[in-house]
Amino acid sequence: MQTVLPNAFFYILAGIILGGGVITITRRNAVHAAIWLVVTLLGVAGLYLHLNAEFLAAVQVLVYVGGITVLFLFVIMLVNLEKAAGERQSSGHWPLGITCAVLLLIELGYFIHKGEEAFYFSESFGGTLQPNTELVALALYRDYLLPFEIASLLLLVAMVGAVVLAKKDLK
Amino acid sequence: MPPVPMAHYVFLSAALFTIGVIGVLTRRNVIIILISIELMLNAVNINLVAFSNQLLSVNGQAFAIFVIVDAAAEAAVGLGILIALFRNKETVQADEINLMKW
Repeated sequence: MQTVLPNAFFYILAGIILGGGVITITRRNAVHAAIWLVVTLLGVAGLYLHLNAEFLAAVQVLVYVGGITVLFLFVIMLVNLEKAAGERQSSGHWPLGITCAVLLLIELGYFIHKGEEAFYFSESFGGTLQPNTELVALALYRDYLLPFEIASLLLLVAMVGAVVLAKKDLK
Repeated sequence: MPPVPMAHYVFLSAALFTIGVIGVLTRRNVIIILISIELMLNAVNINLVAFSNQLLSVNGQAFAIFVIVDAAAEAAVGLGILIALFRNKETVQADEINLMKW
Protein backbone atom coordinates (compact mmCIF):
# COMPACT_ATOMS: atom_id res chain seq x y z
CA MET A 1 0.00 0.00 0.00
CA GLN A 2 2.94 2.27 0.57
CA THR A 3 3.91 2.80 -3.05
CA VAL A 4 0.55 2.30 -4.72
CA LEU A 5 -0.58 5.88 -4.26
CA PRO A 6 2.65 7.58 -5.46
CA ASN A 7 2.68 5.25 -8.47
CA ALA A 8 -0.93 6.07 -9.20
CA PHE A 9 -0.13 9.78 -8.99
CA PHE A 10 2.61 9.39 -11.56
CA TYR A 11 0.31 7.71 -14.07
CA ILE A 12 -2.50 10.20 -13.47
CA LEU A 13 -0.10 13.13 -13.91
CA ALA A 14 1.41 11.51 -17.01
CA GLY A 15 -2.08 11.20 -18.46
CA ILE A 16 -2.82 14.85 -17.71
CA ILE A 17 0.48 15.99 -19.22
CA LEU A 18 0.24 13.95 -22.42
CA GLY A 19 -3.48 14.55 -22.89
CA GLY A 20 -3.06 18.26 -22.27
CA GLY A 21 -0.16 18.33 -24.73
CA VAL A 22 -2.13 16.64 -27.48
CA ILE A 23 -5.11 18.93 -26.95
CA THR A 24 -2.81 21.98 -26.90
CA ILE A 25 -1.38 21.40 -30.34
CA THR A 26 -4.71 20.59 -31.94
CA ARG A 27 -6.72 23.66 -30.95
CA ARG A 28 -7.94 26.02 -33.65
CA ASN A 29 -8.25 28.97 -31.29
CA ALA A 30 -4.91 30.20 -29.95
CA VAL A 31 -6.38 31.25 -26.60
CA HIS A 32 -7.68 27.70 -26.08
CA ALA A 33 -4.22 26.36 -26.89
CA ALA A 34 -2.67 28.69 -24.29
CA ILE A 35 -5.20 27.57 -21.65
CA TRP A 36 -4.51 23.91 -22.34
CA LEU A 37 -0.80 24.72 -22.13
CA VAL A 38 -1.51 25.97 -18.60
CA VAL A 39 -3.13 22.60 -17.80
CA THR A 40 -0.10 20.75 -19.16
CA LEU A 41 2.35 22.94 -17.25
CA LEU A 42 0.41 22.47 -14.02
CA GLY A 43 0.60 18.73 -14.61
CA VAL A 44 4.37 19.05 -15.00
CA ALA A 45 4.52 21.04 -11.74
CA GLY A 46 2.61 18.23 -10.02
CA LEU A 47 5.12 15.78 -11.45
CA TYR A 48 7.95 17.81 -9.95
CA LEU A 49 6.23 17.56 -6.57
CA HIS A 50 5.99 13.80 -7.07
CA LEU A 51 9.74 13.77 -7.78
CA ASN A 52 10.63 15.55 -4.51
CA ALA A 53 11.51 18.80 -6.28
CA GLU A 54 9.38 21.25 -4.33
CA PHE A 55 11.29 24.41 -5.18
CA LEU A 56 11.22 23.59 -8.86
CA ALA A 57 7.48 22.95 -8.70
CA ALA A 58 6.94 26.41 -7.24
CA VAL A 59 9.29 27.98 -9.81
CA GLN A 60 7.43 26.17 -12.60
CA VAL A 61 4.07 27.54 -11.48
CA LEU A 62 5.38 31.06 -10.91
CA VAL A 63 7.55 31.46 -14.01
CA TYR A 64 5.98 29.19 -16.61
CA VAL A 65 2.28 29.41 -15.78
CA GLY A 66 2.32 32.85 -14.24
CA GLY A 67 4.82 34.50 -16.56
CA ILE A 68 5.27 32.84 -19.91
CA THR A 69 1.64 31.82 -20.45
CA VAL A 70 0.44 35.29 -19.46
CA LEU A 71 2.94 36.70 -21.96
CA PHE A 72 1.49 34.42 -24.64
CA LEU A 73 -2.04 35.57 -23.81
CA PHE A 74 -1.05 39.23 -24.00
CA VAL A 75 0.52 38.75 -27.42
CA ILE A 76 -2.51 36.78 -28.62
CA MET A 77 -4.59 39.75 -27.57
CA LEU A 78 -2.35 42.17 -29.49
CA VAL A 79 -2.38 40.10 -32.65
CA ASN A 80 -5.66 39.78 -34.50
CA LEU A 81 -6.27 36.07 -34.84
CA GLU A 82 -9.89 35.84 -35.92
CA LYS A 83 -8.98 35.65 -39.55
CA ALA A 84 -6.34 33.03 -38.80
CA ALA A 85 -8.81 30.87 -36.89
CA GLY A 86 -10.99 30.48 -39.96
CA GLU A 87 -8.20 29.40 -42.28
CA ARG A 88 -6.55 26.06 -42.79
CA GLN A 89 -4.71 25.13 -39.61
CA SER A 90 -2.26 22.47 -40.65
CA SER A 91 0.68 23.28 -42.87
CA GLY A 92 1.01 21.88 -46.36
CA HIS A 93 3.49 19.17 -45.52
CA TRP A 94 1.85 17.74 -42.44
CA PRO A 95 1.98 14.03 -43.44
CA LEU A 96 5.76 14.25 -43.69
CA GLY A 97 5.91 16.05 -40.35
CA ILE A 98 3.80 13.49 -38.52
CA THR A 99 5.74 10.63 -40.12
CA CYS A 100 9.06 12.05 -38.95
CA ALA A 101 7.73 12.67 -35.44
CA VAL A 102 6.27 9.17 -35.13
CA LEU A 103 9.56 7.71 -36.38
CA LEU A 104 11.34 9.77 -33.72
CA LEU A 105 9.02 8.44 -31.03
CA ILE A 106 9.45 4.83 -32.17
CA GLU A 107 13.22 5.22 -32.22
CA LEU A 108 13.30 6.84 -28.76
CA GLY A 109 10.94 4.20 -27.37
CA TYR A 110 13.06 1.40 -28.78
CA PHE A 111 16.26 2.74 -27.28
CA ILE A 112 14.62 3.45 -23.93
CA HIS A 113 13.30 -0.08 -23.85
CA LYS A 114 16.64 -1.51 -24.90
CA GLY A 115 18.61 0.35 -22.23
CA GLU A 116 16.17 -0.03 -19.37
CA GLU A 117 18.69 -1.45 -16.90
CA ALA A 118 21.21 1.27 -17.68
CA PHE A 119 19.06 3.88 -15.98
CA TYR A 120 20.03 2.52 -12.58
CA PHE A 121 23.55 3.45 -11.58
CA SER A 122 25.46 1.05 -9.36
CA GLU A 123 27.46 3.61 -7.41
CA SER A 124 25.39 6.01 -5.37
CA PHE A 125 26.35 9.64 -5.33
CA GLY A 126 25.62 9.77 -1.63
CA GLY A 127 23.63 12.96 -1.74
CA THR A 128 20.27 14.08 -0.54
CA LEU A 129 17.42 16.15 -1.85
CA GLN A 130 16.11 17.54 1.45
CA PRO A 131 15.85 20.36 2.49
CA ASN A 132 15.16 21.07 -1.15
CA THR A 133 15.18 24.84 -1.40
CA GLU A 134 18.32 25.16 0.68
CA LEU A 135 20.19 22.61 -1.40
CA VAL A 136 19.10 24.17 -4.67
CA ALA A 137 20.19 27.57 -3.39
CA LEU A 138 23.57 26.16 -2.36
CA ALA A 139 23.99 24.59 -5.77
CA LEU A 140 23.05 27.76 -7.61
CA TYR A 141 25.10 30.14 -5.53
CA ARG A 142 28.17 28.00 -4.93
CA ASP A 143 28.70 25.40 -7.63
CA TYR A 144 26.95 27.14 -10.50
CA LEU A 145 27.54 30.81 -9.71
CA LEU A 146 28.97 31.65 -13.13
CA PRO A 147 26.07 30.11 -15.10
CA PHE A 148 23.72 31.94 -12.71
CA GLU A 149 25.29 35.29 -13.54
CA ILE A 150 25.30 34.48 -17.23
CA ALA A 151 21.62 33.55 -16.99
CA SER A 152 20.78 36.90 -15.44
CA LEU A 153 22.72 38.60 -18.24
CA LEU A 154 20.73 36.53 -20.74
CA LEU A 155 17.48 37.69 -19.18
CA LEU A 156 18.62 41.32 -19.40
CA VAL A 157 19.53 40.92 -23.07
CA ALA A 158 16.22 39.19 -23.79
CA MET A 159 14.26 41.93 -22.07
CA VAL A 160 16.02 44.71 -23.98
CA GLY A 161 15.69 42.76 -27.22
CA ALA A 162 11.98 42.12 -26.77
CA VAL A 163 11.33 45.79 -26.03
CA VAL A 164 13.32 46.89 -29.07
CA LEU A 165 11.54 44.36 -31.31
CA ALA A 166 8.06 45.25 -30.19
CA LYS A 167 8.50 48.99 -30.04
CA LYS A 168 6.54 51.13 -32.44
CA ASP A 169 8.59 53.50 -34.52
CA LEU A 170 7.82 57.03 -33.46
CA LYS A 171 7.95 58.95 -36.69
CA MET B 1 4.60 -2.56 -5.24
CA PRO B 2 7.93 -1.48 -6.70
CA PRO B 3 8.42 2.21 -7.44
CA VAL B 4 7.79 3.55 -10.90
CA PRO B 5 10.54 2.30 -13.25
CA MET B 6 12.93 4.93 -14.50
CA ALA B 7 12.17 4.06 -18.11
CA HIS B 8 8.59 5.27 -17.67
CA TYR B 9 9.76 8.75 -16.70
CA VAL B 10 12.13 8.87 -19.66
CA PHE B 11 9.41 7.64 -21.98
CA LEU B 12 7.02 10.31 -20.70
CA SER B 13 9.69 12.89 -21.49
CA ALA B 14 10.20 11.42 -24.97
CA ALA B 15 6.44 11.34 -25.65
CA LEU B 16 5.95 14.97 -24.58
CA PHE B 17 8.94 15.94 -26.73
CA THR B 18 7.39 14.18 -29.72
CA ILE B 19 4.08 15.95 -29.14
CA GLY B 20 5.97 19.24 -29.23
CA VAL B 21 7.75 18.19 -32.42
CA ILE B 22 4.42 17.35 -34.06
CA GLY B 23 3.10 20.77 -33.05
CA VAL B 24 6.11 22.56 -34.54
CA LEU B 25 6.11 20.62 -37.80
CA THR B 26 2.38 20.51 -38.43
CA ARG B 27 0.81 23.83 -37.47
CA ARG B 28 0.75 27.03 -39.48
CA ASN B 29 0.03 29.46 -36.67
CA VAL B 30 3.30 30.83 -35.31
CA ILE B 31 1.89 31.16 -31.79
CA ILE B 32 1.05 27.45 -31.67
CA ILE B 33 4.57 26.72 -32.91
CA LEU B 34 6.01 28.76 -30.02
CA ILE B 35 3.72 26.95 -27.56
CA SER B 36 4.96 23.61 -28.91
CA ILE B 37 8.54 24.72 -28.34
CA GLU B 38 7.63 25.33 -24.70
CA LEU B 39 6.26 21.77 -24.54
CA MET B 40 9.59 20.43 -25.80
CA LEU B 41 11.52 22.36 -23.16
CA ASN B 42 9.23 21.00 -20.46
CA ALA B 43 9.88 17.48 -21.69
CA VAL B 44 13.62 18.00 -21.22
CA ASN B 45 12.99 19.36 -17.74
CA ILE B 46 10.98 16.28 -16.77
CA ASN B 47 13.92 14.13 -17.82
CA LEU B 48 16.40 16.17 -15.79
CA VAL B 49 14.28 16.19 -12.64
CA ALA B 50 13.52 12.46 -12.87
CA PHE B 51 17.22 11.63 -12.94
CA SER B 52 17.94 14.12 -10.19
CA ASN B 53 15.40 12.29 -8.05
CA GLN B 54 16.88 8.91 -8.82
CA LEU B 55 20.50 9.88 -8.21
CA LEU B 56 19.58 12.02 -5.18
CA SER B 57 21.61 14.89 -6.58
CA VAL B 58 20.34 18.44 -6.77
CA ASN B 59 22.39 19.28 -9.88
CA GLY B 60 19.61 18.12 -12.17
CA GLN B 61 17.21 20.56 -10.59
CA ALA B 62 19.72 23.43 -10.91
CA PHE B 63 20.08 22.56 -14.60
CA ALA B 64 16.29 22.52 -14.92
CA ILE B 65 16.11 26.02 -13.42
CA PHE B 66 18.51 27.23 -16.07
CA VAL B 67 16.38 25.60 -18.76
CA ILE B 68 13.35 27.47 -17.41
CA VAL B 69 15.32 30.73 -17.51
CA ASP B 70 16.25 30.02 -21.13
CA ALA B 71 12.66 29.20 -22.03
CA ALA B 72 11.44 32.48 -20.56
CA ALA B 73 14.03 34.53 -22.45
CA GLU B 74 13.29 32.69 -25.69
CA ALA B 75 9.53 33.09 -25.33
CA ALA B 76 9.93 36.82 -24.78
CA VAL B 77 12.17 37.34 -27.80
CA GLY B 78 10.08 35.00 -29.98
CA LEU B 79 6.90 36.88 -29.17
CA GLY B 80 8.66 40.19 -29.82
CA ILE B 81 9.61 38.88 -33.26
CA LEU B 82 6.01 37.79 -33.78
CA ILE B 83 4.70 41.25 -32.94
CA ALA B 84 7.18 42.90 -35.29
CA LEU B 85 6.25 40.41 -38.01
CA PHE B 86 2.54 40.96 -37.55
CA ARG B 87 3.04 44.70 -37.71
CA ASN B 88 4.70 44.41 -41.10
CA LYS B 89 2.85 41.61 -42.77
CA GLU B 90 -0.51 41.39 -40.96
CA THR B 91 -0.43 37.59 -40.79
CA VAL B 92 0.60 34.96 -38.25
CA GLN B 93 0.62 32.02 -40.61
CA ALA B 94 4.08 30.58 -41.05
CA ASP B 95 3.85 29.73 -44.73
CA GLU B 96 2.70 33.19 -45.76
CA ILE B 97 6.11 34.54 -44.73
CA ASN B 98 7.66 33.66 -48.07
CA LEU B 99 9.20 36.87 -49.40
CA MET B 100 12.64 35.30 -49.63
CA LYS B 101 11.46 32.08 -51.22
CA TRP B 102 12.61 31.54 -54.72
